[in-house]
This record gives sequence, structure tokens and C-alpha cells, in this order.
Amino acid sequence: MKRPTTIPIGPQHPAFLEPLNIGLELEEERVVGATLNLGYNHRGMEYALALDYKKTQYLVERVCGICSNHHSAAYCQTMEDIYDIEVPVRAKVIRTIMMECQRITSHLLALGHTAETMGYENLFMQCFRERELAMRLVNEISGNRVHYSINVIGGIKRDMDAGMERHTANVMRELRPLLEDLRDVFARDNTLVKRMKDVGVLTNEQARDWCTVGPVARASGLPQDIREDGFAAYDMIDLKPVVRDEGDCYARTMVRMDECLHSIDLIEECLKLLDEGPVIMTVKGHPTGEGLSRVEAPRGELLYHVKAIGGLQLDRIKIRTPAFLNVPSVQAMLPGSRLADVPLITVSVDPCICCTDR
Amino acid sequence: MGLLDKIGTKSPWILHFDTGSCNGCDLEIWALLTPKYDVERFGGINRANPKQADILLITGPVTMRCEDRLRNLYEQVPEPKLVVACGNCASTGAPFHNCYNVCQGVDKVIPVDVYVPGCAACPEALIDGFVRALSLWEDKARRRESE
Repeated sequence: MKRPTTIPIGPQHPAFLEPLNIGLELEEERVVGATLNLGYNHRGMEYALALDYKKTQYLVERVCGICSNHHSAAYCQTMEDIYDIEVPVRAKVIRTIMMECQRITSHLLALGHTAETMGYENLFMQCFRERELAMRLVNEISGNRVHYSINVIGGIKRDMDAGMERHTANVMRELRPLLEDLRDVFARDNTLVKRMKDVGVLTNEQARDWCTVGPVARASGLPQDIREDGFAAYDMIDLKPVVRDEGDCYARTMVRMDECLHSIDLIEECLKLLDEGPVIMTVKGHPTGEGLSRVEAPRGELLYHVKAIGGLQLDRIKIRTPAFLNVPSVQAMLPGSRLADVPLITVSVDPCICCTDR
Repeated sequence: MGLLDKIGTKSPWILHFDTGSCNGCDLEIWALLTPKYDVERFGGINRANPKQADILLITGPVTMRCEDRLRNLYEQVPEPKLVVACGNCASTGAPFHNCYNVCQGVDKVIPVDVYVPGCAACPEALIDGFVRALSLWEDKARRRESE
């Protein structure tokens, strides 16, 4: 019996954006075991976030740049839970619009990254060209490209005027045919489909056992979407979770692609809901008590738990990020696959190491 | 300026390494490599191989665990090499100031040539930093020749 060969992938690797190390055990070309080695990105965020709740507002977006708006929305919802206040409807709707815009940019990043990992440089460039449209839109709405800093405790900082509402609708109209073209390529291109079908399969039971969330779980047939709970303005709009049951790389990619298109529907519905009204309410005093909130980030369920003790300092702020649950599931997908598919499988769960390590 | 430097400044290859950033600057670096901002106009291509790289784009405040890896990467890059610290946290460690696990900036670990401010550094600023790194390379080459 030959002993398996052990090779490390990472922390610096062409396929990964971020430092992440996988110890692979190989028998010739086949992977027989994989061990994840994380922690390269640990900055000690939870400690820093608890120091001063007013600065937390700024810092909480720096937990992750890809889903920054979801982090700040989750934090604001938690603090609103502690203060026991209800945010104005207009603020909720604009928050939802920003969250859906970020879902589009984040999913297009993941799709482009998947294409690049397969060596399809042209599709990667196309995904990013389409993504720039959404990036420019959020820049115009919030004033920032990456960390929008539009959410504050009690509402939002920057209102949309009538011109901006029209502009958002126009951009969405412009984006839809472009994304439909992209979907066509991902769904029908022979090379792509053959490369992704039946690669890195995560069965329904495995998805449940590894506690996966978000697109990874939905691609394995687990119909779970926190947006159905109806935080922000999601109880006012018509939501249809995208679920597939193959559980391979192709299913995960297509779930992301369909969610992008569904996000456009949701934004268009939100724009119709925008009525005149205030967007922010005053909040008085230091927070006291415990609060909990969940939002559906692009990668899945994001949970915030804050315990405040009536001063500037918070007792504890606990973040459970979706990537923390999804990234370990590659250990279940990798055994049995070929060495050349390892980067593709890893990228298909959309690993976000800055979320995972914090 | 020697022939190699003349060719090199027309096609600088990029090595991008994330040392614990929030991904904000990394996204902007990827935006930089793609059609809208397109740094390939100046010859820059992302080749994630230290042995072939000329310009290092480093993001993040350098976590303790990435410190040795960053030093290791820097030593593998052949001369002439230029280091661009992208974003506030790579320049000074600012948003993560006094966090227990960070080294407060890239220049605490390896020498830095160009600092690009911004949180996250916008692609225009990154292009500016990139072009400045190229002109620094030319300066270095001229100085070497005159010596």
C-alpha cells in the first residue's frame, strides 16, 4: 500500500484572492483527504469592535469589504433591537436596495472568479465589466464604492432623490439583458458545463451535516433563506428563493447567477415602494441590554449578537459569518476529485477569509 | 538605462498579496485589472508568481501570521522590485490600529516605495500609485547607471 502524497496549497496561490491554506492528500491525481488551515487573516475584530459602540459603526464595515453593507445593516438592526425602535419605512426600503445591489456585485465577483479559475479569462473580464455598472450605481447612491457607510443606528445617512430613483431604475433596465447574456454563457457553454457538472458534489445530507448556509446550501437542495424572515423591507416584496438540488459546482454557480437576476426584480419592486417620509430617527442614551439580528448576506446567514452594558464600551459583540460555515465544507467536497479541480471547488463555495477569520 | 530596464518598465508584472485586509482594496485591485480601469494599458498583468513579479501590490495591515509569509515572498522577488502599499491599513494600519494581532502596516516588515491612501483605495488612486512606482523604477535604473 502506497502512502498518499501530501501537498500544501496556499497561503499565496494564483487562484485565491486571500490567504488560505489547504493540506491535500493525494493518491496520484485523486484527492483522498483535505485539511483546511485558516487564521492568516485574523485581526482581532471582535475585540476591537467592542471598545466603543460609536466607532463600531465605522469599523464594522471593515470586517469584510465584499459584504460590508450587510455587516453594517446587521449591526444597526441589532442595536435597534436593543434600543427597541422601529426604523422608518423609507429607510428600510433603501437599506434593502443597497443590500440587493451589494448582492449583485458580490455574486458577479464570485462568478468572475469562478470563470478565471477555469481559465476562461474572457468571461472573467465580462463579469467584471457588468459589475462596474452596479459599482458605479452604489457609488452614486451612497458616495462610496466599497464601504457604503449608508446605515446608521435608527435609519440611513443619505436619502435618494427622485432623480436617483429614476437613475437606479434605468441602470437595472440596462443591467438585466447583460446579465441574461452572462447566464446564457454559464448555463449553455459546453466547456464550462462539462468542467463544472458533477465536480465537487455536496449531497443534501452533507450540506445539512456541515451546516452550510446561503447559495451553497440552496444548491444542495436546502431551501433556507433568511430573507423570508422579513427583516428590513423583505416582508413587503415578493421573494422567491432560488433552489437547485444537484449540489455540484454548476448548481452553485447557477444559483448565484439566478439570484443576481432575482435581485434586479427585488430592486425594481423596492423602487415602487419608496414613499415620501423621514429616513432617520433620533436615538438617545447609551444602549443597555442584549440584541440579536440575522440578515441574508450574499454568502448566507449572517448573525450578530451584541451585549451592551450602558456605556461606550460593549460587553461583547459576537459575529457568526456565513463563510465561517461554508468554507469548512470544502473538506467534504474535495475527497474524490482531481487535483486540477481543487481551485475550482474551493472558489465555488465563494470563500471569504476575512469574514471567516475576522 | 539598460535594455532590460527599458523593456521591464513597459511590462511590469504584478504580484498581489493580501496580508489580512478586509478585501475592500483587493476588490479595487481586481477592478484595476479589468476592462473599466485596465492597468494593462501600462503593461501590468497579474501573475501571482513571485519569481516573475516586478511590482508587489500589498493590501492589509499584516497580521502576525502573514508576517513571515510576506517577508518570504519579498525575498523571492528578483531585483529590481517595487512595493506598493495599497490602502490605509497597508500604509499605517489605521482602521485596525492597536488590534492585538496586526503589525500596523507593511513598512514594519518590508521596505515600501509607494503608499496609496484611501479606505478602500479607489482604482484611480491605485493607478496613480502604480504609475508612480514605474517612474521610481526608471529613476532607480538611471541612478544605477550613473554610479
